Amino acid sequence: MGAAGTPSAVTPWWRDRRWIPWIVQGAVALAVLVVVAFLLGNLVRNLTAAGLLLSWRWVGNPAGFDISETLLPFDASLPYWRALLAGLANTLRVVLAGLVGATVLGTLVGTASFSSNGLLRRLARVYVEVIRNIPLLLQLVFWYFVVFLALPNGRDALQLPGVVLARSGLYLGWFTDPLHLTWTGPHLEGSVWHAPLRLTVEFGALLTGLVVYTGAFIAEVVRGGVASVPQGQWEAARSLGFMPLQILRRIVLPQALRVIVPGLNSQYISLAKNSSLAVACGYSDLYSVAETTLNQTGRAVEVMLILLGAYLVIDLLISALMNGLNQLVQLKER
Amino acid sequence: MLAFNLGAKTKLLANCAEPWITPMAWLRKLAAALPVFTALSLVGCASDEGGIQSQKLAAINGRGKLICGVDGKLPGFSFVNPDGSYSGLDVDICKATAAAVLGDPSQVDFRDLNSTERFAALASGEIDLLSRNTTATLSRDAPGGNALSFAPTVFYDGQGIMTPKASGITSLKALAGQTICVESGTTTELNLADRMREIKAPYTPLRFQTGDQTYAAYLQGRCVAVTSDRSQLAGKRTSFPDPAAHTLLPEVLSKEPLSPATVNADPAWADAVRWIIFGLMQAEELGITQANVDAKVAEAKANANLADLRRFLGVEGDFGKQLGLPANFVVLALKAVGNYGEIFERNVGTGSLLKLERGLNRQWSQGGLLYSPPFR
Repeated sequence: MGAAGTPSAVTPWWRDRRWIPWIVQGAVALAVLVVVAFLLGNLVRNLTAAGLLLSWRWVGNPAGFDISETLLPFDASLPYWRALLAGLANTLRVVLAGLVGATVLGTLVGTASFSSNGLLRRLARVYVEVIRNIPLLLQLVFWYFVVFLALPNGRDALQLPGVVLARSGLYLGWFTDPLHLTWTGPHLEGSVWHAPLRLTVEFGALLTGLVVYTGAFIAEVVRGGVASVPQGQWEAARSLGFMPLQILRRIVLPQALRVIVPGLNSQYISLAKNSSLAVACGYSDLYSVAETTLNQTGRAVEVMLILLGAYLVIDLLISALMNGLNQLVQLKER
Repeated sequence: MLAFNLGAKTKLLANCAEPWITPMAWLRKLAAALPVFTALSLVGCASDEGGIQSQKLAAINGRGKLICGVDGKLPGFSFVNPDGSYSGLDVDICKATAAAVLGDPSQVDFRDLNSTERFAALASGEIDLLSRNTTATLSRDAPGGNALSFAPTVFYDGQGIMTPKASGITSLKALAGQTICVESGTTTELNLADRMREIKAPYTPLRFQTGDQTYAAYLQGRCVAVTSDRSQLAGKRTSFPDPAAHTLLPEVLSKEPLSPATVNADPAWADAVRWIIFGLMQAEELGITQANVDAKVAEAKANANLADLRRFLGVEGDFGKQLGLPANFVVLALKAVGNYGEIFERNVGTGSLLKLERGLNRQWSQGGLLYSPPFR
């Protein structure tokens, strides 16, 4: 203690270095608590006065609206919580597919910027610089209205054996009866395509937008990671007779991972949060369903709490998984 | 998403000094200085509301402007002209209200709102009056729902379905298995689900947040039909590249009484709006128009026996004062936009681009549904 030799009668307690940190922290904590209590009190007081105190009974009422594509079975007679759950499932579907797609694309582009092929290298740079400097919302609107909705429809759709790409979506054939290996391909009924497996253009546009956008950021993270591996590692591997791709896979990427993984974490979280822009291209994700729910029930605070909670949990889960992965790939010093 | 008017909230906070205990006084100042915190206080101070005096009317008079929420992209109802001014039936209701309250129809700030923003904008106090082709329903009116207060219906509408003529679809049944575009957060979204369930026709709804996106997807051919109020479909169709290529199905799916709305919490303001609109309807019934209103006032002033007319035009009695409005509020509104019939004809009637018949929107004496209670 700095004040050890000084008699306590000389140094008043508010100048005592043993107490100052506690006093400051206590004051800050108290201020935060009071402000939060004031805000919550105000909220409860005013909601009560407006007759809108938090109530969750509405989640059991029938939703009354339909959702265009769902993993979980849903129809308008099911309650609101089922609608929100169906929206959550749709969000998770696009987030998971987006994470995989963006990682693959980002890794490819990131490593391409170290290619000895000048064209490939420059293409990778152009892709990154163009995509990451345009707002995601604009890109989504572009993919949906300009690219996907310009696809031909009905009889004119792009047809390959077992695969049809039409304006209404991607239709895939599949074995409808696995025991007898009965194959059902996409078929046209009237002007509407039917197939065992179907992805809508709304899903396609959102997924493409998220993958392309997040891929550009991940490419930069990967590029930074690869650049962090000393040049000597490349040279040593080359002198041992490794091929370029082998060097990347066996020597460089494993060492780059410890730099890449923490950066990936925030990109993954961004992707999950950005998926709520689905509302721009007609995809029924959690946010879109919650918004309709909010409008019909008038339960703004409750619906917002559900939304906030859901996205928080998704992002914390992603973060926890990535932190676990991070510990695995760190250098083990013995 | 929730549009809170931070500035207004700060002012409201300053108004509700009394109910707070004194040690909180410094915190209130802190909160007023940090408007971002006040965003969490959804309603400024509900305890001050109620009573005979309307806070809203006082606020409008204080700022000298009426803030009116409109669609802004719907020809015939609210549309921005090439010169930047607004016109349409919903817009004229705003102008009539501004004229009746402030004496000047030009003192309106228009806010463009989409169908999902509108109730939050009204509840948070960002707008004074919602005049945006909004259907009056129980859940929107009820205090346990959206807690709105609906003014008289200014347009009796019904939900319709529009399809391209080339699609060959002529009935609701033929839409089974098809994709239908709909704006989310509307009553039409729910009615569509109900009707299709009734006729057991499975369909795929494609929901969009704004009308722009909905109609863009429809025009791009992503959906074979788009559903909304019939007046809205007719209005939007006028802005299509080839309006004649699209047709409305004969089925009317629902009742859609489109009504202006205010918040439940200020009944005095709701009453003022209600009677301004009734005034427009009553004027048509009495044959008072924008052109002859001055002559009618002169006539009423000259002849003390015309008691009904004198009360209606504010020459005698205190109807305006009872509502917190100028005595001649009806005259001010009529001078600004004319009576209901003139508003209808100018914006959506047979002489306009929309070419809609009066239909249900005629006076009760002509077989329609417009019926103003007596000014007495």
